[in-house]
Amino acid sequence: MTTATGDELVVLQDVHFGYDPNHVLLRNIHFRVRRGQVVAIMGGSGSGKTTLLRLICGQHAPLSGSVRVMGKDLGRFTHAEKYAVRRRLGMLFQFGALFTDSTVFENVAFPLREHTQLPESIIRDLVLLKLNAVGLRGAAHRYPAELSGGMARRVALARAVALDPELILYDEPFAGLDPISLGIIGQLIRRLNDALGAGSVLVTHDVTESLDIVDYVYFVSEGGIVAEGTPDEIRAATHPFVDQFVHARPDGPVPFHYAAEPLAQALLGRAQ
Amino acid sequence: MMDWLVTPLRHIGARIINAIWRLGFILRFFAALLLVSGQSFTRLHLTLREIWFTGVLSLSIIMVSGLFIGMVLGLQGYEILQRFGSGDALGIMVALSLARELGPVVAGLLFASRAGSAVTAEIGLMKATEQLQAMDMMAVNPLARVAAPRFWGGVISMPLLAAIFSTAGVFGGWLIGVVVIGVDHGSFWSQMQASVDFRIDIVNGFIKSVVFALAVSLIAVFEGYDCHPTAEGVSRAITRTVVQSALTILALDFVLTSFMFRGLS
Repeated sequence: MTTATGDELVVLQDVHFGYDPNHVLLRNIHFRVRRGQVVAIMGGSGSGKTTLLRLICGQHAPLSGSVRVMGKDLGRFTHAEKYAVRRRLGMLFQFGALFTDSTVFENVAFPLREHTQLPESIIRDLVLLKLNAVGLRGAAHRYPAELSGGMARRVALARAVALDPELILYDEPFAGLDPISLGIIGQLIRRLNDALGAGSVLVTHDVTESLDIVDYVYFVSEGGIVAEGTPDEIRAATHPFVDQFVHARPDGPVPFHYAAEPLAQALLGRAQ
Repeated sequence: MMDWLVTPLRHIGARIINAIWRLGFILRFFAALLLVSGQSFTRLHLTLREIWFTGVLSLSIIMVSGLFIGMVLGLQGYEILQRFGSGDALGIMVALSLARELGPVVAGLLFASRAGSAVTAEIGLMKATEQLQAMDMMAVNPLARVAAPRFWGGVISMPLLAAIFSTAGVFGGWLIGVVVIGVDHGSFWSQMQASVDFRIDIVNGFIKSVVFALAVSLIAVFEGYDCHPTAEGVSRAITRTVVQSALTILALDFVLTSFMFRGLS
């Protein structure tokens, strides 16, 4: 039984979700993130992990169960209350979602300008500090189109933490990155989380990188959580899906072949 | 059995229902846009930026088009009027054609092609690259921050562009009529001044351009906001903006003209 405490930033209790009640995509979801924790949601493509992230940030409402973020039930929020919670969380999109017509500096300054009345000199200092934290102070004047994928992701990370959020959500932060950028992003996620005293939720299918930096892992498959535990527990897990996923086995519960009639039948059928 | 009849009827019915549903959706979008429009005026720089992009940067095409249309009116108008011995009335014809009809309508069509399509493309690409979603996640309402300033920028710019279009057109008519053909300079201007009524011709023309501006700006912003977030989706949305704006302007022009100028002798 999951009960909420002051330290818990996210608590999902018996959540069911679907775009219509006849097609439930997520069922019996129990999930929690505590302050200071980096939690990973892992699973294959189409398993429902991004949907789970969208439930946490209030983009979707559950069919049943409760989604409590920072102690408040998102399902009962008005639009204004949802925005009040979002001011306290940061989100990193899969491809950064930077404003392409603004410089790196303007991108990071955006949330500060929108939500604070700080003078320009302080905004400048804060932006440079955030950019320095991700190692890109020198690229402040550049446009997103002039950055590599890894650099763009780091700028988006600086923008996500511009307002010192209590909860940071990452949607596939490692997708499409080279090994160096991947390592940098992984370390930044851990360091920023610890420095801010925040909680982080990481949606990813990058096993090696994630297990090195997270505190806890939830495995999502076919709309439900099939396994959970610390990285060590996950590495030692015997659940067939987790075993196949963590050790990258080509065949297992997730079959190599898409469902089809037997090959011989298909070939003979064509010959006839 | 009656499939040959039922299927097309069903198809037509589905299209009509879809069109009505979409119209309702646009009106709801318009209501939501008005509700969040306060920021467009309290943070005026957002709207001024859009006036620059949609209005000021459209000036050249509007002025050149107005000039050429006025010159064509000068040529054609003089040729027809002189058949009835009324060549001196060229100024009236040019001014009334532009103020009542051509100014608002052609400026509206040009505005939809030049600025409306750009607004749809910009918002559509922002949607496709998750920039609108990112704003929403940062607790910044994209309707208030992105859509409303572009809408009001268009609504403010277009009537001014229509007035500039008409002015350039009158100048084009004068250039051909007076300078090239040799219509009397005094007659051209004095007859125009005597016959163009401020309330009936200028104000009604201005009202038309405001109505067209509302329609074109709403269509442009809505199509961008509503497009499928893919390359093809954005391209289709731009096409819809230009086509729907043109049809809406022409249909509204007929309706407004029939109310404004019906029964005038």
